[in-house]
Amino acid sequence: MGEQVKQKKNSKKQKRAVMRTAILAILVAAIGYTIYNSATAKDVSLLEVGDKAPDFALVDLEGNDHKLSDYEGQGVFLNFWGTWCKPCAKEMPAMDRQYEAFSNDGVQVLAVNIAQSDFEVQSFADQYGLSFPVVIDKTKSVMTAYNIRPLPTTVLVNPEGNIERIITGEMTEEDIEGFMEEIKPE
Amino acid sequence: MENLQCQCGHVNPPGTKLCESCGRSLTEKDQNSKLVDMRYEGTARRSQTYNKSIIDKIWNFFSSVKVGVSIIVVLLVAAAIGTILPQQAFVPATTETAIQEYYADTYGSIGRVYHFLGFHDLYSSYWFIALVGMLAISLVIASLDRFVPLYKSLKNQRVLRHPSFMDKQRIYAEGPGAEDTLQKAETKLKELKYNVRTDKNGLLAEKGRFSRWGPYVNHIGLIIFLFGVMLRMIPGFYIDESLWLREGETRAIPEVPGYYLESKNFELENYSGEGEEEVFGEALDRVGTVAKNYQTDVVLYQKPEDALPGADDSQEVVKEFPIRVNQPLKFDGYAIYQMDYRLDELKAMTFALTNKETEESLGELTIDLIDPEDIYELESGSTVELLGYYPDFSGFEDGEPQTATPLPNNPGFLVELTTPETPEGETSFITIQNTVEPLGENDYKLAFQSVETRDVSGLTVRKDSTLPILGLGGLIFMIGVAQGMYFNHRRFWIQQKADGTILLAGHTNKNWFGLKKDLDQVVEHASLPAYTDQQDEIDKAEKAEKEGEALS
Amino acid sequence: MNLADLSSNLLYVAFIAYLIATFVFGGAVKGNKEGTFKSEKRWGRVAITITVIGFIANLGYFFTRWGATGHAPLSNMFEFTTAFGMTLVGGFIILYILYKTPVLGMIVLPVALLIIAFASMFPSEVSPLIPALQTNWLAIHVSTVVIAEGILAISAAAGLIYLLKVVDLTKRSKQRFWLEAIMYSLVLVLGFVVVSTFFSATGYEAEFTYVDKEGADAAITYSMPPIFGMNEYVALTEDAMTPLIETPALVHAGKLTTVLWSVIVGTVLYWLIRLVFRKRIAALLKPFVKNVNLQLMDEIGYRAIIIGFPVFTLGALIFAMIWAQIAWSRFWGWDPKEVWALITWLFYAAYLHLRLGKGWQGEKSAWLAVIGFVIIMFNLVAVNLIIAGLHSYA
Repeated sequence: MGEQVKQKKNSKKQKRAVMRTAILAILVAAIGYTIYNSATAKDVSLLEVGDKAPDFALVDLEGNDHKLSDYEGQGVFLNFWGTWCKPCAKEMPAMDRQYEAFSNDGVQVLAVNIAQSDFEVQSFADQYGLSFPVVIDKTKSVMTAYNIRPLPTTVLVNPEGNIERIITGEMTEEDIEGFMEEIKPE
Repeated sequence: MENLQCQCGHVNPPGTKLCESCGRSLTEKDQNSKLVDMRYEGTARRSQTYNKSIIDKIWNFFSSVKVGVSIIVVLLVAAAIGTILPQQAFVPATTETAIQEYYADTYGSIGRVYHFLGFHDLYSSYWFIALVGMLAISLVIASLDRFVPLYKSLKNQRVLRHPSFMDKQRIYAEGPGAEDTLQKAETKLKELKYNVRTDKNGLLAEKGRFSRWGPYVNHIGLIIFLFGVMLRMIPGFYIDESLWLREGETRAIPEVPGYYLESKNFELENYSGEGEEEVFGEALDRVGTVAKNYQTDVVLYQKPEDALPGADDSQEVVKEFPIRVNQPLKFDGYAIYQMDYRLDELKAMTFALTNKETEESLGELTIDLIDPEDIYELESGSTVELLGYYPDFSGFEDGEPQTATPLPNNPGFLVELTTPETPEGETSFITIQNTVEPLGENDYKLAFQSVETRDVSGLTVRKDSTLPILGLGGLIFMIGVAQGMYFNHRRFWIQQKADGTILLAGHTNKNWFGLKKDLDQVVEHASLPAYTDQQDEIDKAEKAEKEGEALS
Repeated sequence: MNLADLSSNLLYVAFIAYLIATFVFGGAVKGNKEGTFKSEKRWGRVAITITVIGFIANLGYFFTRWGATGHAPLSNMFEFTTAFGMTLVGGFIILYILYKTPVLGMIVLPVALLIIAFASMFPSEVSPLIPALQTNWLAIHVSTVVIAEGILAISAAAGLIYLLKVVDLTKRSKQRFWLEAIMYSLVLVLGFVVVSTFFSATGYEAEFTYVDKEGADAAITYSMPPIFGMNEYVALTEDAMTPLIETPALVHAGKLTTVLWSVIVGTVLYWLIRLVFRKRIAALLKPFVKNVNLQLMDEIGYRAIIIGFPVFTLGALIFAMIWAQIAWSRFWGWDPKEVWALITWLFYAAYLHLRLGKGWQGEKSAWLAVIGFVIIMFNLVAVNLIIAGLHSYA
């Protein structure tokens, strides 16, 4: 067999090997990706740390509007809660104390109640003497936008308006203090 | 493996059975058989050409029909195993441990083993997905490996084939011919819609070659379908959320930014078995009630794009629609389905302020359980002040009434009753079952009168952007199946030797009956020699042999 | 006579016509001793005429019932199974016109009869549609499936004839065992029909209460003497037979009782046949298939699958997915019935690959066709009655 023919044959062989490797690689990658996705993806489009916190506008018990974007430059301690949720109730006094301590340092607390009646929320606020604004998410739209599942969930928004941290479950007073420190403007 | 050089001089890739050029049999086995194996035109499957590197070995593995069928069978058996016990999605338990307990409690040790092996969630297990993936690999590689050489071989067909190729075709004839035989045959074949090519002393007539692509087309359809299924796992392509919506409520639709849904009314209708439905009477007597319809009358609102979640203003009505089973509400690529319902959740309770002794009523009040008021003033000048409201009262903790959920399943009220006779007020704690008077005996009580209820609709919110891809895959699959199964590829080779002898061979990938019908017409018109079906000859010979054996 | 009564009378007519035609087909094949085609053709023509009359009555049943209920009669076990019997006969008639094979009728018609008889054991009164079924997709999806299954079943019949001819019954072999097993299972279905008819004719009923697997109280009415008792059963009917064995809550003793009765009666019937004729049932049928053209049977079997497979894909997968997307919001949910439709499809896909790619023709292919029918019947019977899912109403 001539040298040329051999060369031609070799290059053909090489091309074929490259083709096959590429096709197999693509297929295997696709399967791997699918398995990975099915194993991990429980919920799509979950908010993640570092994301821009979705803006919202809610009304508090006094009738004042609270727009998240109005607090840019301040850290926002966003607490989602309900009156029936025991851990929520437990952390409220601590939150209130820490709010007193940090409110002058540019940390705002917004307690977002999930679609309960004015009466229930008002009596709760009165009972605990809450000094931070309590807003009610009547249509659960903010809850939906933030993809809140268990209560309580706390979302820390830094002065730039990005999510600094997401905490699900009850927090101790030390936790709360530390978190407020985290989002305190420089 | 070495290349195979045919006697005609053509160099064939290793693994070739019939010379790509003239059609001579290249292996001893084929040379000795009476009929040639025309599958894939006797070309070498590409995978067989090299078997050296690991990549080639994997490639060859997936290229084999045996492996493909094995994957199908394994998949089939695995799918069947998943139906032995219900999958976890159909089980009334949600958490990991609850599911595990359910299998153990309900199905005993079988259930425990089933759960332990992961069969309770078989279809989303990594190995099942991997199996489907292997099937996809097999589909791609086996198709490529066969399609490419077949395509080349059919594209480069030569008109003149070696006589040894011709006489090993199932349909074969040899006999004297006239001068114009070839021309006549050509005219008739063209009339029968064959593509005819001639070369020197021969002709090749061909029809329905595209049917040979059928299998590859349907495999492409399946690949597209599987690709669509894969896409569903990518965030954004697929949404599956559920929403419990109570009558009168307006809720943001989960995962659908900017849209809100209000339930105006939920309705459940059962078959009455009367009037037009009388024919169903007997069936209804046997099974009890059968639902005729359930539907949620909803209003879909949309907020302008710049509106913020939570802001109450400026929502616009997009659509008013009754959502029923089989009639989902569709908008903007989303669909909302009527899936479930719960009837008669408490909505409001009416009480009468009553003197315990005289039973005299000082007036009625209705407490909206969804949005109670602080104080209820009665005409008599009495008031009922709501001190505390516990929608799902679950007992006391440190003397404080507790609520388990925000739903009014078991409402409890802490009230202060003030009447002209008891101006300092009396405190009472009322639940459905009983009344507690924590601060001493009262003169007045709230006597329960009536309750209003509302229904809850179980809705599913769905978006599936992969549907068009899946539909396309299905369509291509069906086209491919029809193309491959309902059309056939027919060919005739006719040659006239120098002495006038006609050689005739015919081949089809299926439906030999149809081929013979075509050929009969040509034979008659062009006075070709009578042909034989060599398969029949072989069968007859075998049969005779068998019978001979039986006799002896 | 109202439409519903007319409908059920037409079904009787069809049943009787098929029954007569079976014997005429048998006579046509058997009478053809010398292998001459003439007598077979003449009697074959009589038989197919009777079959066609039966089929027209059967169609009449279908459409009058449609008229009576206002929906395609494909919505419960009785209706679906009857339609399956009907499409089986319809498929046979088409193939008879193409291939003129009385022997196929001799096998297909009894099977169709068994299927219709089996169907009649289920409640047959006209029943209203639940909301999920109130759509044209009911007619589109189910009728396509039932036609496809009818056609696919023909291939099993052709396969069975092929096997009856080629399997050597004089020697002990796996093939001989399994062929007889097929015959035995057909007799079991007959056993079910006989025992159900007997007890419903005598009006047997026994009521019990029991505790179900969720721990709730429930009631059950046995229509056959209870061999198995439900979990913690209490008899309500006074003179009812005391169940011999109490089953755990997981097992539905009522269904198990029916199965056991069918097996008992079926087995008795089977051994009666064996004792009377002193032959295996397969051997009894052997003379009828003496003159069968094997190649033709193979061709019919393959043809039926080539036609049935795409129709099945369309009906049981594509239409099913479209409807599931509309009614249940997802086109696929791994419901047992869906899974078994997929299994059926995968099985026939494997058949086609083995036949076209590996050259599995003749006997191998015939066995596969018979197994395909077993899978279809499993999906029809077992998945509905044992593995209840979303489709449990059908």
